[in-house]
Amino acid sequence: MAIDKNTVKYVAHLARIKLNEDELDLLSSQLESIIDFIDKLKELDISGVQPTSSVLAVGNVFREDKPRASLTAEESLSNAPEKKDNFFGVPKVIE
Amino acid sequence: MYESVIGLEVHVQLNTATKLFCGCSTEFGSQPNSQACEICLGLPGCLPVLNQKAFVYALKVAMALGCRIREFTKFDRKNYFYPDLPKNYQISQYDLPLAEEGFLDIDINGRSKRVNIKRVHLEEDAGKLIHSQGSSLVDLNRTGIPLLEIVSSPDINSSQEAYEYLNSLKQIIQYLGVSSCDMEKGILRCDANISIKKKEDSKLGTKTELKNMNSFRGVRDALDFEIKRQLKLLESKESIAQETRLWDEEKQMTYPMRTKEEAQDYRYFPEPDLPPFTIDSKMQEEIRKTIPELPQQKMKRFREDWGVPAGRANILASSIELADFSEKCFNLYAKAENITNWICGPLLSEMNNRKQDINQINITPKNFVDLIIFFDQGKLSNLNTKNALAAMIDSGKEPGIIIQEKNLSQISDSVKLDEIVSQVIKDNPKSVNDYLQGKENAVMFLVGQVMRKSKSKANPKMVREILLKKLKKA
Ligand SMILES: [Zn+2]
Repeated sequence: MAIDKNTVKYVAHLARIKLNEDELDLLSSQLESIIDFIDKLKELDISGVQPTSSVLAVGNVFREDKPRASLTAEESLSNAPEKKDNFFGVPKVIE
Repeated sequence: MYESVIGLEVHVQLNTATKLFCGCSTEFGSQPNSQACEICLGLPGCLPVLNQKAFVYALKVAMALGCRIREFTKFDRKNYFYPDLPKNYQISQYDLPLAEEGFLDIDINGRSKRVNIKRVHLEEDAGKLIHSQGSSLVDLNRTGIPLLEIVSSPDINSSQEAYEYLNSLKQIIQYLGVSSCDMEKGILRCDANISIKKKEDSKLGTKTELKNMNSFRGVRDALDFEIKRQLKLLESKESIAQETRLWDEEKQMTYPMRTKEEAQDYRYFPEPDLPPFTIDSKMQEEIRKTIPELPQQKMKRFREDWGVPAGRANILASSIELADFSEKCFNLYAKAENITNWICGPLLSEMNNRKQDINQINITPKNFVDLIIFFDQGKLSNLNTKNALAAMIDSGKEPGIIIQEKNLSQISDSVKLDEIVSQVIKDNPKSVNDYLQGKENAVMFLVGQVMRKSKSKANPKMVREILLKKLKKA
């Protein structure tokens, strides 16, 4: 499957990654070979095989509804580039 | 003839003690970011674990809505970037929601209408953003609180039906005790899809999505506004833009949300951190057993077993607590009609005045019923029954004690009444004269004077009889 530059640009935008022209070219060809590799799976007959949503052999893992200590606001905010009165500060998201 | 086609998407916060995937408290009103942990923050290396209670609560609601429960369900990641969601994905459910294909019967002017429920699924709430000068502030206390999403089919055809749908849904969820459904507090949120089409057309019109409504009435008003707006556009042959519009409560209008309208691409995929869930028939049965009698069945039984009129049955069944109280009363004293009248009138108005619900208000079914019996036996006047009720609620005392303490016992002693009536006749010669001149209304006034003089204790029926007898002789 051909991966064109626009597809790479779109995916990069979704992931909020900025790529220059050279990187776009490079990633187009790399992604194409990755997808080609995975496309091999299409050669198998999987009719009658249920889709796998988890590779773990367990299910129904629950937790009791019992509170436990959270981090303190100070701890939570310790890596934040911007903070104000125990809030995280972020660039304004609404005009 | 045009017809509106409405679908509602409701989100309800479940009242668990902890969040959906971690042990952080869900308590409201704490300091910002004091109820968040590595899971809430999306720090690397941590694993979410599902809160069993939230799962059971979700299934309860799904069952009460008559949904088909999936035997196999899983969670998915919904990917998007927004600062209220530090993981950059929300854990939600995509192609295998825990329940589908339910219904809710609503009452529209005495006629029942079925609204189908498309799906019910669990997801986590996002954080809260506060927009200030130049920056936005993020509080992650709400991140991860369990949300139940309930999506209706576009079966709703008027704002009133939407309003009734929300009320019925709220009532059922409150009966189940899994959420307060308080929309003003944001515990319940509702978005609406609405389009308009000619009744005979099968093809749907272009829909808009309405957001930002803060009450059930807000939903109704927003829909009314939007129906009118779309109608006007259709009639002037203008096109309706498919867009998200926000309701402005103050201006009572919707306006388009200003965002770059790009198609959202959430790239859902199965959440690898949470193994899937199997809901076998044993688990279903156990949960089903805990579902109480629901409002509609309750109303039906009040009507059929106790002869309560439909309108009154609706009131009594409005909350499970009031319904239980009423039923306890009926079982103590079979005069359901009298009890119903005293609940729907004086008791509810006491509750309103005190801003208390039936759980908070200080009266037992036994004391309430005993009070009504005093009234029915003619031992208390109507007014003094109401006074005694208020005093009982204030003190928590039995009616017998209140009547004694406050000396409220109705005077049915004819000698005593005779005395008071004679005095009133003597004091009000003008009214007596009016009556003799044929003014029937004067009797009402005189009875009122007797009641006043007796501090509302006189038996009004006897007063009237004695008064009329005396006036005839005058
Ligand atoms: Zn947490």
